[in-house]
Amino acid sequence: MNATLSVEIKRQIEDFTLDVAFDAPPGVTGIIGRSGAGKTMTLQAIAGLSRPESALIALGSDIYTDTARNIFIGPEKRHIGYVFQEARLFPHLTVAGNLDYGLTRRGPDTPIPREEVIGLLGLRHLLDRRPHGLSGGEAQRVAIGRALLSAPHLLLMDEPLANLDIARRREIMPFLEALHERLRLPVIFVSHNMEEVVRLADRVVVFEGGRVAAKGDMAEVLNRVDVQNLILGESGDDGLGTILNARIESHDDAENLTEVAGNGFNLFVQRLPQSAGASVRLRLRARDVTIATAAPHGLSVQNVIEGNIEALEEAGTGQVDVSIRTREGETLLHALVTGRAARLLNLETGMPVWGLIKTVAIAGSASENRMADLDR
Amino acid sequence: MSDMLLTPAEAQALWLSLKIGFAGALLSLPFGLLAAWLLSRKSFPGKFALDLFVHLPLVMPPVVTGYLLLLTFGTRGLLGQWMQETLGLTIAFNWKGAALAAAIMGFPLLVRALRLSFDAVDRKLEQAARTLGATQWDVLRSITLPLIMPGLLTGLLLAFARGLGEFGATITFVANIPGETQTLPIALYSALQSPGGEIRALRLLVLSVVLAIGALAASEIFAARMRRRIFGTRTERAT
Repeated sequence: MNATLSVEIKRQIEDFTLDVAFDAPPGVTGIIGRSGAGKTMTLQAIAGLSRPESALIALGSDIYTDTARNIFIGPEKRHIGYVFQEARLFPHLTVAGNLDYGLTRRGPDTPIPREEVIGLLGLRHLLDRRPHGLSGGEAQRVAIGRALLSAPHLLLMDEPLANLDIARRREIMPFLEALHERLRLPVIFVSHNMEEVVRLADRVVVFEGGRVAAKGDMAEVLNRVDVQNLILGESGDDGLGTILNARIESHDDAENLTEVAGNGFNLFVQRLPQSAGASVRLRLRARDVTIATAAPHGLSVQNVIEGNIEALEEAGTGQVDVSIRTREGETLLHALVTGRAARLLNLETGMPVWGLIKTVAIAGSASENRMADLDR
Repeated sequence: MSDMLLTPAEAQALWLSLKIGFAGALLSLPFGLLAAWLLSRKSFPGKFALDLFVHLPLVMPPVVTGYLLLLTFGTRGLLGQWMQETLGLTIAFNWKGAALAAAIMGFPLLVRALRLSFDAVDRKLEQAARTLGATQWDVLRSITLPLIMPGLLTGLLLAFARGLGEFGATITFVANIPGETQTLPIALYSALQSPGGEIRALRLLVLSVVLAIGALAASEIFAARMRRRIFGTRTERAT
């Protein structure tokens, strides 16, 4: 059940070419890319809902599609749980009937037992209801539960939050994070939203125009400026940024602060709900990082990350993205400055600089999505 | 007898009409389901021809349909002879033949209603069912059929109502035999043909109108109730 999914697909539909190859080991693999990059088409091929001209799709030793050997296993025999963008609940069945649809056909070896799925997704009070009475968030939770109970060896989630408003997203996100902790099978989570991928994915595959533009460790790939420029057109106004892996050091309840530490930095952020020792992912927006060329004194900003300039890149609209590598070399930090500031400060690669951080966007697991303003 | 609502002859005609209409609708159901499913879901050579064929009884003069039935299923007809010899089944000039005529005349109505229902089923639901472990047959049984049930009932009732009132094809194929093939409209026609039958004809007319309205109303109410149960609203369908 803990097999790795391997995917190779070539498909031509009118003037769009899909040509992708990637692996998804157990854990969450995020597929991120703009609309029309071929994300859904890829999931449909994996699930067996479409038959590409050329494809090799296998989960461990189970071959699902191999066009070279003319193998095509029907979708019902693939042991894949598929959560669609729309919930696609069966309107003539109750919530319980929907949940049990896959269970009675494929069960009972579900990755999580039925009772626990119902508890985890908060479905108990909905079991006798009909789908038409459910809110969007409730319906999507039922759809997730239904997929989980179909005894999947692989879970596909196609933008399960895309059709929901922000309040509903916040309602579902903790459930997904809980699943992330709980599931030991490969999960593919498709999104065009950076925030969701940062919170959920361990690895990412970046799609661009039907091809894989980048793949690998989530933070490593998403910290690349070229990747961010590919994605950010659609991920809201967050702008360029850095994903930092950190650990909670301590809480200061009097000041309502939490101290987190990562490789080569310590930061104070607004109080986080997790207990000390928990891992968190922080997303630091590049425009919230100010650069100083001398060690700062007498500033209200308390968060300073020291390092050297690794690269300077044009980031559009006259701005320059400054990549700062910490002294130990493990951590990269993006800062966005105006072209004028870069010239005045004579910024160049290799120069020692201090990054001053005003605000940290928190994308910590099991936490509510929020911006943590730092003490200034 | 004057205190009874219906005379025995009227009751007999009414009962025959109901029986023939009901049997006809049931008889056309499996073929209607197959034809509607093929027309809605499949593309194949000859689809256009099938579509035309299904609609023929709607546009041909009923007497032509009846005559064709007589040629085919009559005692000396191609199929009729075979059925009599091998199955011992005669349908010309008895109520079974009338039921067949009713089935054929109601067939286009049934297929149209079913086809619309098949078209309205969200294919994405069927896909979802496949990913949950259901084979194509299982999907048809557990998802598609329950979802077309309101349309199926509407279609059945339309076909039933059409069979109740079938005249041209029936009288051509199975003639006018009281107690065997004399349905309400044929009884009404007979009454009109006989001197002094106006009162009988009027009574049969009222009976026919009441029956037609009743069937239509029942169909509408039933289908609406079912739609509401499945989709939550009368008119809108959840997508």
